[in-house]
Amino acid sequence: MAKITFIQHNGTEQTVEGQAGMTVMETAVKNMVPGIDADCGGACACATCHVYVEPDWLEKTGQRNPMEEDMLDFAFDVRDESRLSCQIKVSDALDGLRVRVPEKQF
Amino acid sequence: MSEEVISTDAVIVGAGPCGLFAVFELGLLDIKCHVVDILDRPGGQCAELYPEKPIYDIPALPIVTGSELTHRLLDQAKPFKPEYHFNQMVTELRKLDDGRFELKTDGDIVFNAKVVIVAAGGGSFQPKKPPIPGIEAYESQSVFYSVKKMEALRGRDILIVGGGDSALDWTLNLQPLAKSLTLLHRRDDFRAAPDSVKKMRELVAAGKMQFKLGQVTGLTGESGALASVQVKGNEGPFDIIANAMLPFFGLTMKLGPVAEWGLNLNENLVPVDTAKFETSTPGIFAIGDINTYPGKLKLILSGFHEAALMAQEAFHHIHPGERLLFQYTTSSSSLQKKLGVA
Repeated sequence: MAKITFIQHNGTEQTVEGQAGMTVMETAVKNMVPGIDADCGGACACATCHVYVEPDWLEKTGQRNPMEEDMLDFAFDVRDESRLSCQIKVSDALDGLRVRVPEKQF
Repeated sequence: MSEEVISTDAVIVGAGPCGLFAVFELGLLDIKCHVVDILDRPGGQCAELYPEKPIYDIPALPIVTGSELTHRLLDQAKPFKPEYHFNQMVTELRKLDDGRFELKTDGDIVFNAKVVIVAAGGGSFQPKKPPIPGIEAYESQSVFYSVKKMEALRGRDILIVGGGDSALDWTLNLQPLAKSLTLLHRRDDFRAAPDSVKKMRELVAAGKMQFKLGQVTGLTGESGALASVQVKGNEGPFDIIANAMLPFFGLTMKLGPVAEWGLNLNENLVPVDTAKFETSTPGIFAIGDINTYPGKLKLILSGFHEAALMAQEAFHHIHPGERLLFQYTTSSSSLQKKLGVA
């Protein structure tokens, strides 16, 4: 189990339990976190699960993969800390992870 | 533009897997189909979202890609000679006094059909609109998400945003007729075909267009006429002079016009019964991801089942009072004849 906090654009925080092996996107959808649309259901094909990983966690969440980098072209306001949450796997090491949800996924 | 009226038995809205299999099931019952889709090719989400991704839960196909599944379904439907209309969004659907249905597309095609099958999945794929503050004000004159008439862009200062095939293709197509053209992308790598990227770089080298790295943050102009675009670059903010902007950020699914067809809706889904998969309007059916009923699973295989049962009721709607003999393709010579195998 890993606690994951989603921070909305307006500052509202929601902390939910993530299970190892699931993705951060699946964890958000399962807990009805607003702002994670995930149109494609996790196929890394739509860029509607874009999040900003809080700087402290960037090392633990790792690098973007090449497919994700391509797909981020379809996201808006991409920053250094941008990730697609369907490409971040939950693990015990990510207990306490904090990610920001963009104002809009498009 | 003159309107062409196509009279047919059935119009299927959506050429995804369920729409394509509906052609087959209706075809076995001698129901002739026209299929309309907003995309430029068949396959729906299988084509747009995951053409190369394997699907593992199609019965008897342990592994198949979205693209391969689409091709197999097209092959299976082929004996019934369906007619496909791509790049068309069905904008209007209404019941006529004689009980038939009229459908109109945004490309001015008009259908007159006995039954309608809504197999629209998650709705229609529409261009993503970047959430730039105030962008709506420019949408009719200066900001375009697709190009309908290239001439409208002749002699303008054009800014194209994106790094996919649409962005690069339109860069190459519009460069010759633009007063100036700038391509803006967030990085120096492109998803687009390498050949298009090469051609773009040659144009930049020849001084015929500009390529800039960055992301749009704001728009400046007056009463819908764009004057300049504010950009966040890697080395700080800058402005690009442009009176036309074309952002290409891919497609997203929106329910779209389905909501305006007078059908009962439940959270953007169309409720149907589980015997006939008919909507609140008799003669209009809904199958696949767009429908909802107790126990609904959004699986391609559920949509296939729904197509088969829907076809039976569509037959009765088209031929009231006529008996429908249930037959198997393995043993019925009449079905095999329709399939072109007997």
